[in-house]
Amino acid sequence: MNSDLRSPLNRARGLGSAKSGVHHFWMQRLTAVALIPLVIWFAVSLVMLSGADYGMARSWLSSPFVMVLLILTICIGLYHGQLGMQVVIEDYVHNDGVKLAMLVAVKFIAVFFGLAAIIASMRIGFGG
Amino acid sequence: MSVANRPVHRPLSPHLQVYRPQLTSVLSILHRATGIALSVGVLYLTAWVVCASGSYETYARFQAFNGSIVGRLVLGGWLFCMFYHLFNGIRHLFWDMGYGFEIKEAYRSGWMVVVASLVATAISWIVGLRLI
Repeated sequence: MNSDLRSPLNRARGLGSAKSGVHHFWMQRLTAVALIPLVIWFAVSLVMLSGADYGMARSWLSSPFVMVLLILTICIGLYHGQLGMQVVIEDYVHNDGVKLAMLVAVKFIAVFFGLAAIIASMRIGFGG
Repeated sequence: MSVANRPVHRPLSPHLQVYRPQLTSVLSILHRATGIALSVGVLYLTAWVVCASGSYETYARFQAFNGSIVGRLVLGGWLFCMFYHLFNGIRHLFWDMGYGFEIKEAYRSGWMVVVASLVATAISWIVGLRLI
C-alpha cells in the first residue's frame, strides 16, 4: 500500500491546501461570527412578531434599521447555508453528475432567494 | 494500468453504525441536521418577506399556514434549530481557536449547549404563544 495519501500531481505541486484551500473554511467561520448577533436579533424579533397581521409585519419590515439587519441576516444566512449544503452534498452524493447538478442548484438557489429578499424588502421600505 | 487509474487503498474510518451513540457524536449529527433545516428555513423566511411585499390576500394565505397547528410546530421547530445551531456553532468556534478539546470539556460544553438551547426555545415559545 502506498503510505503517501497524496496523488502524484499533488505531491509534485507540494502545496496541499495552504493557498485558496482554506477559503471555504474561512468564509464559513466569518459568516458564522457575523450571524451570531444577527440571529439573536432575529430570534427576538420573530418572537415579538408572533401573531402580527399584515400591517404590523409591514411597518416592522419598512424600518430602515430592520431592512439593513434583515437583508444582512438573509443574505449572510444564505451564503453560510450554501457553504454547509455544499459540504453535505460532497459527503453524501457520490454520483458525479448528480453531485455537480446539486452543487450548482444550491448556489443558484442562494443567489435567487437573496435577490428576491433584497427586492421584496426594498419594495416594502420604499413604498412600491 | 496507468498511475492515475490505479485504485488507491486509503484507510477508511469505521462508519457511523459501528459506534454506540454518545453525546458528542449525537450533537455533531444534530448540528448538521439543524443546519440543513435552517437552510430551508432561510428560504421560507425569504418567502415570508416576499409575501409581505405583496397584497393583503397573499400575506393572509401565508400567515394562515403559519397560524395552523402544523405551521406553529414547524416555526417552533425552526426556533429550536436556530438556537441549537447558534450555541453549538459558538462551541465550534471555540474549538477552531484551540479550546475545549479535552473529552471532559467537550462533554461539559455539549451539555451547556443542550441546556441553553432548550431554555432559549422554551422562553421563546412561552413568550411567542402569549403574544398570539
